[in-house]
Amino acid sequence: MTDDLRPGAHGTDEQRRGNLSRTSGQVPARRVRALAARLWRGLAGELVRRLAGAAVSLFAVCVTGFFLFRVLPGDPVRTMTRGAPLDGPALAQLRHQFGLDRPLPAQFGSYLARLAHGDLGLSYQYRQPVAELIAAHLWPTVLLVGTSTLIAAALGLRLGVRCGGRPGGLADRLHTGAALALWSVPTFWLGLLLIGALAVGVGPLPGLFPTGGMDSGTDWGPGAAGGFAGVLDTANHMVLPCATLVAVGYAQFLLVMRSSLVEERTAEHLLTARATGLTERQVLHRHAVPNALLPTVTLVCVNLGEVVAGSILVETVFSWPGLGSLFYEALRVPDLPLIQGLFLVFAASVILANLLADLAYPLLDPRVRRPARAEDAPAEVAPAEVAAAGGPGAAARVPELAGGTDR
Amino acid sequence: MQRRRDQASGAAPGGGAAEGGRRRLPAAVRAALAAGAALVAALTGTLAGASAEPGAAAAAGVGAGAGHGAQAAVVRHVGQRIGRRAGQPSAAPGRGPTLTVAVAQTVDSLSPFLAQRQISTEIHRLVYDFLTDYSAADSTPVPGLAASWRSSADKRVWTYTIRRGARWTDGRPVTAHDAAFTFRTMMTDPAAATANGSFVRDFASVSAPDDTTLVIRLKRPDASMLALDVPIVPEHVWRTVHDYADFNNDRVFPVVGDGPFVLARYRPGQDVLLTANPHYWRGAPHFGALLFRFYKDQDAAVEALRKGEVDFVGGLTPAQYASLRSAPGVTAHAAASKRFYALAANPGATAQDGRRFGDGNPALRDVRVRQALAWAVDRRMLAQKAAGGYAVPGAGYLPPRYAAYRWAPPAALAYRRDPARAAALLDAAGYRLGAGGLRRGPDGRVLTLRLLGRDTDPLDQRTGAYLAGWFQELGIRIQQRYVDPSELGSEEQRGDYDLALDGWTVDPDPDYVLSIQTCAARPAAPGGVGASDDYLCDPVFDRLYARQSAEYDPARRAALVRAAEQRLYQQAVIDVLYYPDILEAYRSDRISSIETQPLRGGNINGQDGYWSWWSAVPGPKALVSDAAATDGLPDVRGLAAVGAAAVLGAAAVAAAAVIRRRRADERE
Repeated sequence: MTDDLRPGAHGTDEQRRGNLSRTSGQVPARRVRALAARLWRGLAGELVRRLAGAAVSLFAVCVTGFFLFRVLPGDPVRTMTRGAPLDGPALAQLRHQFGLDRPLPAQFGSYLARLAHGDLGLSYQYRQPVAELIAAHLWPTVLLVGTSTLIAAALGLRLGVRCGGRPGGLADRLHTGAALALWSVPTFWLGLLLIGALAVGVGPLPGLFPTGGMDSGTDWGPGAAGGFAGVLDTANHMVLPCATLVAVGYAQFLLVMRSSLVEERTAEHLLTARATGLTERQVLHRHAVPNALLPTVTLVCVNLGEVVAGSILVETVFSWPGLGSLFYEALRVPDLPLIQGLFLVFAASVILANLLADLAYPLLDPRVRRPARAEDAPAEVAPAEVAAAGGPGAAARVPELAGGTDR
Repeated sequence: MQRRRDQASGAAPGGGAAEGGRRRLPAAVRAALAAGAALVAALTGTLAGASAEPGAAAAAGVGAGAGHGAQAAVVRHVGQRIGRRAGQPSAAPGRGPTLTVAVAQTVDSLSPFLAQRQISTEIHRLVYDFLTDYSAADSTPVPGLAASWRSSADKRVWTYTIRRGARWTDGRPVTAHDAAFTFRTMMTDPAAATANGSFVRDFASVSAPDDTTLVIRLKRPDASMLALDVPIVPEHVWRTVHDYADFNNDRVFPVVGDGPFVLARYRPGQDVLLTANPHYWRGAPHFGALLFRFYKDQDAAVEALRKGEVDFVGGLTPAQYASLRSAPGVTAHAAASKRFYALAANPGATAQDGRRFGDGNPALRDVRVRQALAWAVDRRMLAQKAAGGYAVPGAGYLPPRYAAYRWAPPAALAYRRDPARAAALLDAAGYRLGAGGLRRGPDGRVLTLRLLGRDTDPLDQRTGAYLAGWFQELGIRIQQRYVDPSELGSEEQRGDYDLALDGWTVDPDPDYVLSIQTCAARPAAPGGVGASDDYLCDPVFDRLYARQSAEYDPARRAALVRAAEQRLYQQAVIDVLYYPDILEAYRSDRISSIETQPLRGGNINGQDGYWSWWSAVPGPKALVSDAAATDGLPDVRGLAAVGAAAVLGAAAVAAAAVIRRRRADERE
């Protein structure tokens, strides 16, 4: 930040005279531009620093992933081909095709070289580029787990506010108890229970929802309805898996919101708010909740980062074609290129979500922004202006200004 | 307290407006509610007159329970739509009904040159013709694409006559050139030999002198030339493929084929749809379409069968099978096994270069110790207790389903539970009972054997528990370990096991499953991958195997195979415990008849052929539900109904919010 923009700041007499002789319109414009430049450097620098950190994390994940999954037991060729009529030369050919007959450093080298070109390799069992496989399975996972996370977050926050508003009350105990009970129920079991109760039907009650899959699969040929009917079909199939994920997941949002709200309620600024005549409800919603929201934002961001990883258990029980079940299938072989690619995608998603949370925090909470610099302090501007108004000799009379306040 | 203070201090400034607002706004909301209800009632009134479906009746019941008119109407309509979508597959006019099969595996590749999984090979059986098929009656070779065949006197030249009139689904005729192209591609391109390369290993050359003659010249006689499980692909489509290693045959649908079904749609991880081929030379299937739906969880698939969302589920556990036997509208069915389930003993793992590897207990290198273990096992009890009665006690290497090759040991030699005989054998081998009831070897150490099984299959753990008990009675210390199948495979590959529970599915031609017990099936070097995981190397067995693979006379070949089975039985490296039944179930109201293989007591899913799905006749429920075809209209109504429901919902929410806000002002 240059000081020659501030009238009366230190500098040569000529500069000062030059400053004072400028038209009043130019000075604020340069000031605005300087402010913008500082903001840009600040924000951009922040972003660049964080992106660089993310890139380093991602590279570490690549390397770790490569070596980590080689430790998994099992020979991919053998597991894949068990039961198929393959003889010795065919097995050797497969090993050669997968590059498994080369020494480990050579395999790592070619892996990095391909990664530099954005090529994640070819899956052993599916013979398709890993990137294509992941792209094909990405949307179902994001749809299911993303929707469930958002619903669970909304539900948990809403209930958390209600519980935190009146801690110890009947509603609080009921909601917290129910949430914890559902949190501790095994996801797999709850899914099967919902299928048995709601999809197949119990006794006289009929099954309302499908037992699995993403849609009924029968919409094809010349009579295919497609379009909106397909969307309804998918939504119909999504009800039970979504319900399972929301049931086992909303407790974390509820508890975090509740505890931060309980803490927030004893804050001093709320006393002031109450004193101005606001109702308890308004105090809660306008003053306590926004402050209590901050830890929850981090939690929501972390959970959104994990959306891509899917939920292996729910996807298995409901036969939902997502990334979670793809990862499970890859682990069983082990299908190394697919595992490495998925690991990279999951880690990148979590890193990105954390990055967003870090960047969102200063926007939500002014206290987290960079601590104010001396130039920002209004108290410093006033004496300078006074000095300017007082004439060119002001700097001499106010030695602190002559010393400069730049950093 | 605060609230009372506020009220006492007088009405809030907005109180006056609230008084008037309470009259005004709810009226507007009420109007919206009424409009929405009228719309929904009109729609559902027209729809209630439309086709009656089980879903509608059920949902109506729920709707009635829900109470108030408009809400019930909405629920009823939504229920109708759900019932139609979920319960019965739809069919456009002119299309037959759809047979839905629940499968537990996803397809790995749709290319017949690459696919390893059983589901993929089953699909290829349905969409491509093979040179020969296995009859539904007894799995013996019958004409397929090849109408007839003959072999030369020196056994090295096979000539097949391709049938006339067979056509690909794009109209081009199927000729011998397609077959020659298929085999030649596998012989010349290593990537194309991934799946079925072992069938062409002995081919010297393949040619098609004319459209209906295929000539295959062999390097040495091969008795499996009527068991070439290779799908014949159309040359005019596949010759444009430049890299077989990553071409998965999933770009253009429908896929050009010549089987009883046509591959119409593939959604990775979800389902595979096959439509009937009306021009198939053996006759068109009765069902119009075949849908293989992936159910990753077997319990969910069973529930889907109960509900009627799928028509067939295979691979049931004994518990699931028992529960489905009493389910209405479901036929449960136990079929003769294609698989043997055995205890493998490590006879001292060696590689083809002669080097020994692994830490298998040297005691098992002695055939007397292995036979002693075989004399300690009660196979009948295992079939009853461990497999729940759904198994046949084991004896010969090949399951009794294959009548031609079935071998049962003579009564004098048959292993049965005889602890005295087992003890005598162990004593003779030098392992005598010592202190603590444990046997010690010549080196004085207690005879300890590790028993490995899979932790994914409860059958392994139940069987292992019985075996461990019997062996421990003999005085052998047993350490049981149940691990992940990949880990099990790793340990077997390293040779670091003593006893392992193992199983293998047997094809109608026993050549492959016998070949994995030869010396040549061992890995080339220690730790390498070989076709074998038993490391048996017995020159007598190898000679019998070589002779049977060159013997073209069926009776003489069968005799040689039986002799080979006897040799395996005596060596006791692989001790067959039982043949687990194949447990399946299907909806009898949707499938009225279906051919099994073998015809009596055989299985439906996983056949060596397409007989089941091709011959299946739709049942009454399948025909009825497909008469009610979906047209475009219900979707418009559905849209309108959902729109109305949304309007209602929004109106209700708005009403609630407005009322609460007014009340909040009053509280202040």
